[in-house]
Amino acid sequence: MDPNASHLAVVPAYNEADTIGSVIRALRSAAPAFDVLVVDDGSTDSTGEIAQREGAVVVRHPFNLGIGGAVQSGFVYAKENGYDYMVQVDGDGQHRPEEIPKLIAEMRADPTLDMVCGSRFLSAEHGYPAPISRRTGIHIFAFLLSRIIGQRVSDPTSGFRLYNRRAISLFARDYPHDYPEVEAVLMVHYHRLHMTEVPVRMLLRGGGVSSIRSGKSVYYMIKVLLAIFIGMARSRPVPEPGDAAPVTAGQSL
Amino acid sequence: MELRIQLLSVVASGAMLLVVLELVRRRAFLERYAILWLFSGLVLLGLSLWKDGLEEVANLVGIAYPPNALFLIAFGFVLVLLLHFSLAVSRLSDQTKVLAQRLALLEQRHDERERSEASEELETVGRGS
Repeated sequence: MDPNASHLAVVPAYNEADTIGSVIRALRSAAPAFDVLVVDDGSTDSTGEIAQREGAVVVRHPFNLGIGGAVQSGFVYAKENGYDYMVQVDGDGQHRPEEIPKLIAEMRADPTLDMVCGSRFLSAEHGYPAPISRRTGIHIFAFLLSRIIGQRVSDPTSGFRLYNRRAISLFARDYPHDYPEVEAVLMVHYHRLHMTEVPVRMLLRGGGVSSIRSGKSVYYMIKVLLAIFIGMARSRPVPEPGDAAPVTAGQSL
Repeated sequence: MELRIQLLSVVASGAMLLVVLELVRRRAFLERYAILWLFSGLVLLGLSLWKDGLEEVANLVGIAYPPNALFLIAFGFVLVLLLHFSLAVSRLSDQTKVLAQRLALLEQRHDERERSEASEELETVGRGS
């Protein structure tokens, strides 16, 4: 690993008191080069305190913003503190820190890459034990995205990702709201950044509740499909520096 | 147009206009949100009073019963207002998100500084004794 590069692991966590401690310890032992930032997204349990006790830097949202807002706080922190690489690891323990060196190796092997995603579906013996409905949804997104961006994407909902400076500054500026991973792949494409996937193993969730609850999966599908097609209809979905801000005071009918 | 329905429309749109004016006077909402309400109240009141005008509008778009044109116009205003509020709510929640993130990041920076200051103080005290 480049001795001069700085690395940050961002762990978005909402009520993950059961697992956050072991996630931080696993990160320390498997990826010691990484500073650990836990974004406590308005937890009502002791997630933040536990993270602090384990020695992580903790950014505490005053109320729950959702996964998109939580990860974006991580991007802003990484950008403002000048980190070269940022890896995103879920707070529920389903991502394995032992796999981070794989992501790093991939990014270092190809300097044009801006984002490296861990994919559950690339290796033959993945055996990811998700319910069939969710896997079907993921495969539909994967199919559509692969066609749109002209590159195979096998696991567009994976939140196990490594970003370089360019991707960090893009997402610090604008990151999708509710179910951000799929849209983030599109944003990478539209901004002419480059991404790839590496096969990783993931565990079943250690605890907590997924940001995608089963009852909401239909809503999730529709919302993300809409985002994909709206994203295609925009010539430039995200403002570049110097454009009008996405939110301005005068904005009304 | 029958007198009863005209009376009803005049009273209803007049009351709406008065309520809006009173709310603006009390600064209950920003002027820019008041403009749409005032405008729609004025148009509805105007058309309720000016019978011939309403009949002309109804004929123009092929509505047989003129008061229905009034409903159509009112409905149009309601849609525009709702759209307006959706925009406003989206903007506000975006801004709230950014504020919450900034607050969290600043708090973290502040806490870190306080901790490092506290440990520096401890060090100097330790050295002094």
